[in-house]
Amino acid sequence: MLQIVGLGLVATFLALILKEHKSPIAFLLVVFVGSVIFLFLIDQIYEIIKMVERLSINAHVNMIYVETILKIIGIAYIAEFGAQITKDAGQGAIASKIELGGKVLILSMAIPILTVIIETIISMLPN
Amino acid sequence: MGIDMNTIFQIAGIGIVVAFLVTVLEQMGKKDYANWVTLIGFIYILFMVASIVEDLFQKIKSVFLFQG
Repeated sequence: MLQIVGLGLVATFLALILKEHKSPIAFLLVVFVGSVIFLFLIDQIYEIIKMVERLSINAHVNMIYVETILKIIGIAYIAEFGAQITKDAGQGAIASKIELGGKVLILSMAIPILTVIIETIISMLPN
Repeated sequence: MGIDMNTIFQIAGIGIVVAFLVTVLEQMGKKDYANWVTLIGFIYILFMVASIVEDLFQKIKSVFLFQG
């Protein structure tokens, strides 16, 4: 944790210094630091996801649903990363388009789950 | 973590050196050389950043079960 905070602080100061001279390079530094922090965290995330998978196998949940949920989390993270970096670079319009893309893709991935829910509800209804 | 820290300082250092060079070259009246220095520094850093972003996306793909 201290490593991440230290990394963030050092990167912020370096970006401030760079922003006085060259704006695009400061922006690339910010992208780099974002990637480094996530790569630092990804081992723990992998452990968490392995645990979720193991639990779902033990509980006999259909693996397709868990996989879909993990994919949705991945899409949400990538969209958030891209949107924040674009917003930082001052392109709010592109950022909101990236977010829109993420939302649409998540909704389209959730279609099988939604269909199953609706079919279950319909089969519960008395004829 | 150590390598990453080094790369961050490397990026910042290249940025400062490029800014300094551009200032000096513009003082000397060599505007086109200044532009080339900016471009080359930018491409070098872009290369480093692009390689780590590619690494990040590969990791996300493998962790969040995107096989395709």
